[in-house]
Amino acid sequence: MNDMRIIQRTAGMNDIKIHAKGVDVFYGDNHAIKDVSVDIEDKTVTAFIGPSGCGKSTFLRCLNRMNDTIDICRVTGDIRLDDEDIYDKAVDPVQLRAKVGMVFQKPNPFPKSIYDNVAYGPRIHGLARNKADLDEIVEKSLRRGAIWDEVKDRLDAPGTGLSGGQQQRLCIARAVATAPEVLLMDEPCSALDPIATAQVEELIDELRQNYSVVIVTHSMQQAARVSQKTAFFHLGDLVEYGETGKIFTNPDDSRTESYITGRIG
Amino acid sequence: MTDATHGMSEPRQKTSLTAADARTAARNRAEKRFQYYGIAAIIAGGVFLVLLLTAILSNGIPAFQRATVNIEFTLTQEQFDEAEGTMLKTKVYTGFFIDALTAQLTESGIETEFDNKRIERLLGKVGGTIRAHYRENPQDIGQPTRFELPASSRVDRYFKGTFDRSGIGDGNRFIMPGDLDFADDLRAAGILTQSFDWNFITGVDTGVDNAGQAGIGASVLGSFMMMIVVLVLSLPIGVAASIYLEEFAPKNRFTDLIEVNISNLAAVPSIVFGILGLAVFIQFMGLSQSAPLVGGLVLTLMTLPTIIISTRASLKAVPPSIREAALGIGASKMQAVFHHVLPLAMPGILTGTIIGLAQALGETAPLLLIGMVGFVARYPETFLQGFEGPNSAMPAQIYNWASRSDAVFTEKAWGGIIILLIFLLSMNILAIILRRRFERRW
Ligand SMILES: Nc1ncnc2c1ncn2[C@@H]1O[C@H](COP(=O)(O)OP(=O)(O)OP(=O)(O)O)[C@@H](O)[C@H]1O
Ligand SMILES: [Mg+2]
Repeated sequence: MNDMRIIQRTAGMNDIKIHAKGVDVFYGDNHAIKDVSVDIEDKTVTAFIGPSGCGKSTFLRCLNRMNDTIDICRVTGDIRLDDEDIYDKAVDPVQLRAKVGMVFQKPNPFPKSIYDNVAYGPRIHGLARNKADLDEIVEKSLRRGAIWDEVKDRLDAPGTGLSGGQQQRLCIARAVATAPEVLLMDEPCSALDPIATAQVEELIDELRQNYSVVIVTHSMQQAARVSQKTAFFHLGDLVEYGETGKIFTNPDDSRTESYITGRIG
Repeated sequence: MTDATHGMSEPRQKTSLTAADARTAARNRAEKRFQYYGIAAIIAGGVFLVLLLTAILSNGIPAFQRATVNIEFTLTQEQFDEAEGTMLKTKVYTGFFIDALTAQLTESGIETEFDNKRIERLLGKVGGTIRAHYRENPQDIGQPTRFELPASSRVDRYFKGTFDRSGIGDGNRFIMPGDLDFADDLRAAGILTQSFDWNFITGVDTGVDNAGQAGIGASVLGSFMMMIVVLVLSLPIGVAASIYLEEFAPKNRFTDLIEVNISNLAAVPSIVFGILGLAVFIQFMGLSQSAPLVGGLVLTLMTLPTIIISTRASLKAVPPSIREAALGIGASKMQAVFHHVLPLAMPGILTGTIIGLAQALGETAPLLLIGMVGFVARYPETFLQGFEGPNSAMPAQIYNWASRSDAVFTEKAWGGIIILLIFLLSMNILAIILRRRFERRW
């Protein structure tokens, strides 16, 4: 059934949202990303796959400059968001991250109420004019995070008191609340059960209407289900990048094929 | 590493799970031994604690009690005018007092002889006290007025059991055996009683001639003023420094050097800070000697490393995922720190601060060097004077009393230690309460 969907799927012609060219990342002497060039399209879900330690998270974190927070990390190359160099001196990473939201591998809600978790982003970015506005944003975001029904009666309860899967969906709601243009998700479903995973995947599919979504995943099925484009990383190299259907059915590189069929891992 | 030890090649011996083999038995014995050492150490610690507390309490509790003579006394206007008209005014007042006392004793059916001198040995300069009262409160003239007159220190100690007739040598100017008999009579008549000595808590230091009246109040105030200075300076400076070092400063040689130096500062003996304070604050900056302000500044220097170290430790303990979460939705670094990291680190910071303050409260050595051990027999008159005027502090006052020869002061020193310990205990309890209240899971 998956295969059917994959073959049917052809990515439409979309604008390029993020344009990365010749990106190298070093952790001290460790060359973690080697000359990677990728064009990430708008209104598209792009999946990053590859064996553990190949640099998927590292590359993802380059896209919203989260690597800036790691002292030993050095990024070179050219990454453009809507044709603006995000590593330009004049760019404030804070503004960039408001546009390029991120969901982390491990759920990390703030130890505050569920409401405040979601409301924090809109508050600091001044997205709501009044309390009613904010309430609306919170509700809308929690609905998009597929968690509204579970928490609507206890918005004042601490976000850390939720189950792991609920926490992750809360984090997604929190990321969506700031109305980003790009959403980066680093293995968002690794802590979720199949039902919550299905909900999140549905959410990702829905987000695609307005956003560009980049998702790192270890699940081939998930990549195949949700993404239109797939990038395969191996030991810091971008081995292959193309339409998901093609990568999963007819990859160009033998390494991609071995990985997908479970021979490298 | 040989085959034999692995027992691969030989048939495995049958062992029972219920019978311990030699190695297991040895291991169990070692574990038991270790537990015994641990228990022994705890018992030893407990014994010392009990010894310490009993010593402090048994020596210090008497300092809170005081033998006083309670007497009701009516001075008529004629008596007042008569006394004020004479040359030796206080002597006349003493005469009135003796009359009143005799009357009260006869009323309770006790016949004793006593004179001016005996009263003076027992109660000090009664006449002066009474005269001062009526001059300040003329409306009491003609009214029955209650006087609570503290007994002299020897009588006080006689009732506490730390002084008896055998301690009276020939020609003792301060007390005679007959005085103690008289004191017994007064007690039998219910005129002389032992009561809680508020004066010890609210009073000020006194000279040797009036040892029983000495109180720790002024030096408690001095300590309090110092703690205000320490808190107001070291908390913001310490927390700001820690936040900068931990969250913003680049990690390089220079910041490493600063870090090492802060850790070293925490281990510098306090007397070094004392002499530094003397040189910098008093001699160089010209601040006044013996002032709680200077004491507070010196103690701030001492407390800062403690606060910085504990603050940095509690900032480090906040999981990095919280910072990432905040940065990931576009919070600035400062917003991430102040909205999310700092609240989580708060319990640790507060605990560290209070422990630092408690340490500073008990510190004596630096105070000796900046002259806060002087004889302070007055409360400061204004709030500002409390910082700038000369004052002592609790530990310095205790040290001062302990070094005086009069046994009454030794007792006061023990009593002062109890008060100091009560303060330290309350601060620690406060630290625990704050930690509980602010503690949050993440
Ligand atoms: N903070 C860091 N400091 C130093 N080296 C790092 C750091 N983070 C990652 N690396 C190194 O960079 C390389 C790529 O790591 P990265 O986390 O991007 O892998 P990944 O593809 O996300 O793996 P996984 O699927 O296990 O999450 C690894 O060799 C790793 O050791
Ligand atoms: Mg990763």
